[in-house]
Amino acid sequence: MSEALWSQRQPATWRTKVGLAEMLKGGVIMDVVTPEQAKIAAEAGAQAVMALERVPADIRAHGGVARMSDPDMIKGIQDAVTIPVMAKCRIGHFVEAQILEALGVDFIDESEVLTPADDRFHVLKHSFKAPFVCGCRDLGEALRRIGEGAAMIRTKGEAGTGDVVEAVRHLRTVTDEIRRLGSLPPEELMTVAKELGAPYDLIVEIAETGKLPVPNFSAGGVATPADAALMIQLGAEAVFVGSGIFKSGDPARRARAIVDAVAHYDDPKALAEISAGLGEAMVGINVSTMDGQQRIAGRGW
Amino acid sequence: MTIGVISFQGDFQRHIDRLASVGATVEPVRTLPALGRVDAVVIPGGESTTIGMLLDRFGMLTALRDRIRDGLPVFATCAGTILLADDIANSTQPRIGGLDITVRRNAYGRQVDSFEADLAVSPEWSDLGLRDCDSSEATDVDLPVRGVFIRAPMIVRTGESVRVLMSFEGHPVLVQAGAILAATFHPEMTTDLRIHRYFRDVVAAGQTVRSAL
Repeated sequence: MSEALWSQRQPATWRTKVGLAEMLKGGVIMDVVTPEQAKIAAEAGAQAVMALERVPADIRAHGGVARMSDPDMIKGIQDAVTIPVMAKCRIGHFVEAQILEALGVDFIDESEVLTPADDRFHVLKHSFKAPFVCGCRDLGEALRRIGEGAAMIRTKGEAGTGDVVEAVRHLRTVTDEIRRLGSLPPEELMTVAKELGAPYDLIVEIAETGKLPVPNFSAGGVATPADAALMIQLGAEAVFVGSGIFKSGDPARRARAIVDAVAHYDDPKALAEISAGLGEAMVGINVSTMDGQQRIAGRGW
Repeated sequence: MTIGVISFQGDFQRHIDRLASVGATVEPVRTLPALGRVDAVVIPGGESTTIGMLLDRFGMLTALRDRIRDGLPVFATCAGTILLADDIANSTQPRIGGLDITVRRNAYGRQVDSFEADLAVSPEWSDLGLRDCDSSEATDVDLPVRGVFIRAPMIVRTGESVRVLMSFEGHPVLVQAGAILAATFHPEMTTDLRIHRYFRDVVAAGQTVRSAL
């Protein structure tokens, strides 16, 4: 291998970061807390796993401060599967992000599910080799994260509830706002950028292209195959499933069913077969009965 | 002539967009009947285990294998190339096979090691009909192709029937065997249409032969 050829490599470009997000479209990313769960997820057809210490439902139940996972646990999961392994750092905790990058994590989720480490600023994601995914509730939030370097966006939903209503609301909000931008005359875009709190250049780009410059996935409350297909039909390009699988009665079966549902999201007959006899879904919490303190989607600035 | 793109998982939309840009009729393929309707197939990048599993689950793995054996033109990138390989080092994952190569998955490292590099266009590659493209695009011919390698596999062995069209660091990155074209990188991640155009021409050439028979 010659030196000259080696030097032509340009590692970790924006294109390789967004590229991995592109490769993850049309599938399911599952939260796992052990190597055994990671294997179950991979065998069910998950295209990536999210390694974390507790699924969001347990983080809710246990309370306290939720942090980055133990590196040993992440390594165990990396050794157990060949598919990409993602992991979460706290909002603004760039040292946790540095540690995850050093571990060779394929995608870092700067996640509101963990307790924020900074109540004003997020991680400057452009300065990392590893790609980042961040949550959003609306277009302004999505574009602030992309402006900081996120190579993938996901709706926040309301993690750990098994209630899909917030994920639907966030996805509809983002797509409505994108659609609206396309109908505005150019002189209005600066004021829109100000109102949304979004970078002007990104606003102009989206007004032209009609889509986000990075893949747009969905997360937070997906518990059934029908939920997953709903998010895809609404325009999500893939789904994250957190507590919905391993908090259900028959995780292996439900995991596979959700994968199949995403593959056949527009075929109701197939979805009817896929949804049958899966055992109990996670119990769930009705988001409308929660008070503001219990909601985590509000974390992020 | 319709080119089908296996559209379960991965960057299938990028392939659909590129093929449309070179004037091909494209159809996403997610079912056995859809597979039966197309004259050529693209297997995109993504996760090879996931795509292989879904193809198997929906009865398409065997069907694809049979049609490829009968001469169906195929263009595979990254995960698609893994699925076409007769031999995948250290893996028993479901596969289509049909291309006499050995690949090693994630051979360049994890995502943080993903990279871009310029790939030289050899004179041999220029001869593969590329100079016959629309004259307005002929200036492209000798420019390097920008290779986008994402958790890429490495082709570590090629059989006698396999022609190496492009290499990087001593390993083949674009190979052809009959109507099978396979890349370890992602031409669909750039706006350079040369390789998709080349595949379109491979498909068209096969059509001509078939209708002459």
